Amino acid sequence: MVDAKQMANKALTTLSDLKPGEEAVVDSFCNEDVSLKLMEMGLVPGERISVERIAPFGDPIAVWVSGYLLSMRKESAASVIVVDRKKKEQL
Amino acid sequence: MKSTIKIALAGNPNSGKSTLFNVLTGLNQKVANFPGITVDKKTGSCFFVRKSDDQKISAHIIDLPGTYSLYPKTPDERVPFQVLCDPADEDYPDAVIIVADASNLKRSLFLCSQVIDLKIPAVLALNMMDLVRSMGIEIDLAKLSDKLGIPIIPTNALKKEGIDVLKQTVASLEPKPVKDFIQIHDYSPCVLSGIRETVKVKSNYAAFQVANNLEFLSTFHINPGSKEKIRSLIREFAFDAYDMQTKETLERYRVINEIVKECVVHKALATKKKITEKVDNLLTHRVFGYIFFLLILFTIFQTVFSWSSIPMAWIQDSFNLLSEYILQSMPPGIFTDLLVNGILAGLSGIIVFVPQIASLFFFIALLEDTGYMARVSFLMDRLMRPFGLNGKSVLPLVSGVACAIPAIMSTRTISNTKERFITIFVTPLISCSARIPVFTLLISLIIPNRFVFGFLNLQGIVLMSLYMIGFVAALGSALVLKLLLKNKEKSHFILEMPVYRMPRWSNIVLTILEKVKIFLFDAGKVIVAISIILWFLSSYGPSGTMQKLETKYAHLEQTQQNLSDKRAEKLENSFAGRIGKSIEPAIRPLGFDWKIGIALITSFAAREVFVGTMSTIYSVGDETKGQSTVHDKMLAEINQDTGKAQYSAATGFSLMIFYVFALQCMSTVAVVYRETKSWKTPIAQILYMSGMAYLFSLLVFQLLK
Repeated sequence: MVDAKQMANKALTTLSDLKPGEEAVVDSFCNEDVSLKLMEMGLVPGERISVERIAPFGDPIAVWVSGYLLSMRKESAASVIVVDRKKKEQL
Repeated sequence: MKSTIKIALAGNPNSGKSTLFNVLTGLNQKVANFPGITVDKKTGSCFFVRKSDDQKISAHIIDLPGTYSLYPKTPDERVPFQVLCDPADEDYPDAVIIVADASNLKRSLFLCSQVIDLKIPAVLALNMMDLVRSMGIEIDLAKLSDKLGIPIIPTNALKKEGIDVLKQTVASLEPKPVKDFIQIHDYSPCVLSGIRETVKVKSNYAAFQVANNLEFLSTFHINPGSKEKIRSLIREFAFDAYDMQTKETLERYRVINEIVKECVVHKALATKKKITEKVDNLLTHRVFGYIFFLLILFTIFQTVFSWSSIPMAWIQDSFNLLSEYILQSMPPGIFTDLLVNGILAGLSGIIVFVPQIASLFFFIALLEDTGYMARVSFLMDRLMRPFGLNGKSVLPLVSGVACAIPAIMSTRTISNTKERFITIFVTPLISCSARIPVFTLLISLIIPNRFVFGFLNLQGIVLMSLYMIGFVAALGSALVLKLLLKNKEKSHFILEMPVYRMPRWSNIVLTILEKVKIFLFDAGKVIVAISIILWFLSSYGPSGTMQKLETKYAHLEQTQQNLSDKRAEKLENSFAGRIGKSIEPAIRPLGFDWKIGIALITSFAAREVFVGTMSTIYSVGDETKGQSTVHDKMLAEINQDTGKAQYSAATGFSLMIFYVFALQCMSTVAVVYRETKSWKTPIAQILYMSGMAYLFSLLVFQLLK
């Protein structure tokens, strides 16, 4: 588990907060419900991902993971903690 | 090695596994671009030639449902786990062909590494190498094969490349020890050793899978005592399934990443499947995406109607000619009568709808095969959620337009039990192709064939409205069910969006042929049987009354009028007429007479029987046998109470509404029972849908009459 302060320090954010086109690296999961399924699909810590698009009505989202397009609901994406590349460069 | 071997095909959805299966076995099988379409365990056979001694080996091939991991998350993902982990399973293979998409190498290697650790001799068939090369990526196959410890064969099933080498390699596989991909035994030595002493499994990893899936072992060959022993082992050594699976998944990907780093070279900057990205910009656009989807649906309905009208007229004309020919060339009698009014009437009622069913399945197969269906799910998930449905419910609902049976079977990809149940429950409300014959006939009776605004066919608009009513009813019912049912299980929507590709026409043609065959033979059998029964019921009656009629008319002059009256009176007094009449009081408020009553009863088995029944009833009651269509006969029918046409707008609409709602399909009932494993759901469905049909027809008729 990561608290808010830690998240700010390490440029951590959740996958659901990224905008289309933004890139990030998977850090960890904060919800056990979907973490296994997502990890099996290749969304493992250390993997580079980028948000491809967000569906109309803001949900679900489509993400590039190791060369393919994976779609998931915002709710699942909110459980994926990622390192925002842009924020990290700023730090 | 034995002279007969069992081989399993395993791989991710969209990996080209089903196409490879088709090429290997030559059996017809559906291949689609939508993840998870191969839901049943499919088998076939072929011959392999072993290189060392040129011996011909017969191979029994099992096509396992596409899956991303051996851990079962949805019902159809239990099959690969069951077949590959239980040596006592009848399909436990001698060798596995792992089919992988080279452009999704890391993710494909995950399942591959799990199969390797099961210690079943395996080969990796690597598809889509040309796509990888065009993306500027080079894979060192020799090195990769060395790292994995299994042979790798690059294949292109569509172009039949690499198939012979693959066959030879499989035939020459020796059950030799492979090195562990990950050290699974270290995770929980006591539990795994304990399991291997208790049940017959072939590897530490299979034992690990048993520990993780203990509660899903319903079909596993394990006795209750052993199960209890494993349960206590798990408790004693605090084996936590979630922690163990997480650890395993992370470790596998760590090893895979190392291997990929060594074996894969990015020559150029990886282009991210640019065409797919551009097409998606349009097709998943927040306005244009939905317009496009509606446009596609609209095109499908308009085209299905106009494409099929010409071949339908041909078929109808040919049958009329044939009946005429038979009537003229064969002596009159019971047999000729049965042939023309029983069998031929029934047959024409089925075959005439083949053009419509074929064109509908053409579109559905096309949408699946190009990858567009996954985008529809992506677009619709947010809109389906308030109704207790999932983006993945859209495929069953749209397929339901063709036929509820494959639609209900395709709900297996929905992992949430409640969402799956709701999808199954409401799918039969979507107007399927079996309703087309009924709708077509009724629409042609009461709606003029006119164009509005110069290009919109009025009959087409009414047909589309009927589909809309069914769709709204399905969503409304889903909403009610969502509020009634309680379920704490979390709902997810995790779906791969495959790259767009050109439709594989041969696959589409095979799909259409398969579906038409199912309709002609499965539904056709029922329809012809019912047609013959109906011919009997409407030609014969309780002996006393029929005799009385004969004597009554024997004394009268043989005029045209008298003959016609005699036929009508005979039909009224036949068994069929009596059944129809006995239910008439119940259906009169809906605007139906006893003739429609007979058709309602017979079409309980299958909706399309309505048309066949009407043909039989009317050709029996008519003197110009087989020379005009059931449409003309129904149009000429006069209501004896009002003196107006029997098929007034009110009766016509009431009947259409009845067919929109009623669950008149034995096959759907059977398939719902099979998928839900209980009679509760199908019975609830019959009661609910029949109740709605009666209520809304009553409402429509009383308002319009």
